[in-house]
Amino acid sequence: MKLYSKFVQWSALLAAIAITPALMPQGANAASTAPHIERQDWSFAGMFGFYDRGQLQRGYQVYKEVCASCHGMKFLHYRNLSEPGGPEFSKEAVKYLASTYEVQDGPDSEGQMYNRKGRASDAFVSPYANEQEARASNSGAFPPDLSLITKARNIHEEVPFYMAPLKIAQDIATGYQEGGADYVYAIMTGYADEPEGMELADGMSYNKYFSGHQIAMPNPLAEEVVEYTDGTAMTVENYAKDVTEFLMWAAEPKLEERKRLGFRVLFYLLTLSGLMFFVKRIVWKDIPH
Amino acid sequence: MSHPSSYEPTNGFSKWLDKRLPVLRMMHGQFVEFPTPRNLNYLWTFGAILSFCLVVQLITGIVLAMHYIPSGDHAFESIEHLMRDVNWGWLMRYSHAVGASMFFVAVYVHMARGLYYGSYKDPREVLWILGVLIFLLMMATAFMGYSLPWGQMSFWAVTVITNLFSSFDAILPGAGTAIVRWIWGGYSVSETTLNRLFSLHYLLPFILVGVVALHIWALHVVGSNNPAGVEIKSSSDSVSFHPYITMKDGFAMSLFWVAFAWLIFFAPNYLGHADNYIEANPLQTPPHIVPEWYFLPQYAILRAVPDKLMGVIAMFGSIVVLFFVPWLDTARTKSAKYRPIFKWFFWLFMFTCIALGYLGAKPAEGSYLLWSRIFTAYYFIHFLIIMPIVGVMETPKKLPNSITDDVLGKSGSSAATSATGGGETAPAAPENR
Repeated sequence: MKLYSKFVQWSALLAAIAITPALMPQGANAASTAPHIERQDWSFAGMFGFYDRGQLQRGYQVYKEVCASCHGMKFLHYRNLSEPGGPEFSKEAVKYLASTYEVQDGPDSEGQMYNRKGRASDAFVSPYANEQEARASNSGAFPPDLSLITKARNIHEEVPFYMAPLKIAQDIATGYQEGGADYVYAIMTGYADEPEGMELADGMSYNKYFSGHQIAMPNPLAEEVVEYTDGTAMTVENYAKDVTEFLMWAAEPKLEERKRLGFRVLFYLLTLSGLMFFVKRIVWKDIPH
Repeated sequence: MSHPSSYEPTNGFSKWLDKRLPVLRMMHGQFVEFPTPRNLNYLWTFGAILSFCLVVQLITGIVLAMHYIPSGDHAFESIEHLMRDVNWGWLMRYSHAVGASMFFVAVYVHMARGLYYGSYKDPREVLWILGVLIFLLMMATAFMGYSLPWGQMSFWAVTVITNLFSSFDAILPGAGTAIVRWIWGGYSVSETTLNRLFSLHYLLPFILVGVVALHIWALHVVGSNNPAGVEIKSSSDSVSFHPYITMKDGFAMSLFWVAFAWLIFFAPNYLGHADNYIEANPLQTPPHIVPEWYFLPQYAILRAVPDKLMGVIAMFGSIVVLFFVPWLDTARTKSAKYRPIFKWFFWLFMFTCIALGYLGAKPAEGSYLLWSRIFTAYYFIHFLIIMPIVGVMETPKKLPNSITDDVLGKSGSSAATSATGGGETAPAAPENR
């Protein structure tokens, strides 16, 4: 009887869910104009995903040789490059790398600002002194800081409303966090000739995945623009993949520490839950409830 | 619930203290021997879970405040510093952010349970009203907390929500604008606004603690409701709080911790919005301003009403109406289990809340707007029309005579023992009889 009424309730609910799309006026889901962006496979995705050291190092190389000429990363310090969980360059290499930059310091005892060689403890040197200078050098556009770019972007996936709860549950259950990386990769590989009949504004480029398809950033990548020394193929896809992974690390440098601790916490809590289950069973054994 | 105390001070100190401040006697009475219905299901574990959530938010929040700088120029930066350079800083921040979501998950389950089992009915009206007050305080605290990272969504959410008060201009021209400027502390949302939001975000949780204490006090005066909706009549109806309820709550809470930990460690940003990792920029409005997921139903109600003032009234009304639920529901039967008609409306109402949540995340246009209006209307119809009318019209199913009958009837084969009287199988520890 009880089972039967449960069955009726659930069937009614499912029927209601099934009928509603028919009642929805057409075109309800066409509101979105954002281009569809595919999910990519990332080494850091999912529960067991970690960064690929080689990929992070190549990614830094791409950032340094291509992106860094316009984009700063103000929340990163050179020392981060040798810290665990990142590209893990050697301390000496990072020290040398930092010293190749010139950093303004001061004031000294005479009240003067002065330039000195960079140290590992310095923040990444920005290509421009301020936003105004950046805009002036980029025909009005401001190249955004890349420290958090992979967490500050996301992809937009349209699903029918009755699938939304399922999708949310699925994303949470799989720990999906890679929308930002998918977006950055798509932009980097999305340059193409504009479709016929489309008029691009002055200085703009066509990009398949950018909202509105007109992007102020010229195509940054081409085959063999960055010299890889580890034998990785020097394709646009590889560059984009590597630099995106590097940017993900830059935005989430504690990802490895977080997941490692997470395993232990989950193991502990699942064990605790199991024990608590039996404790509860034993305590309530003689009491119908 | 008043019951004879079985507390026996065991050592010199507790005897000495018991004569002067019987706090241990009180704790023993309220959290050890407190008689609790034996038929509670797992939905009743969310009270303890919510207390845990509040404590987590307080502890992580106090640590976060040690590193946070409430300034327009440094707020965002100070949080990034915490995330990158403070030991376990990321853990504190993600626990706090995910903690807010988990707090709302738990509070929504807790409220839905109250609505289904009629936990607001005589004699628990004050208990329910305190609960609604807690919900309001939680919402205010969560909103202010969300402003603190000073990202794009923070900034624009503050702009949108504080601007709601300008709708009072429709009543008294100039009054709304004056209120908004007073809240902002200037002519726009600025660092001044951020400072006061931070101050209040730190204050409100402690007020929350006070109201939670009253809520628990009120609960311990009238006792827990239960799935049968009949009150405790004899000692066989109840079990002592410890170890029965503590261990059951403990098991449920450890499962809750698993879900909590999953989000903190493996999907900490899933429930947040990417735009909040962009620093606040007053000159650039994000394409879609959406609140955190737990405010989406209220946001949908706000946008469903074409008139700004009426929208604000509807949004606040959707919470205020909860205060009156004890009197809007005219049925004498508490539990919807025994209310064949109301039960259906309850699930329809649940569907409405979820639908409003979905619509709150969508742009307010076309059919989304139409459906927002339909569900908003139904939200109020449920409370203002269906609850009073169904309560009068419906013939409830036969209630069990007592909680003991309810559980023994349920367990089938052991029903034979119930014939000889539930007292035989009385579960309560001897001191509770």
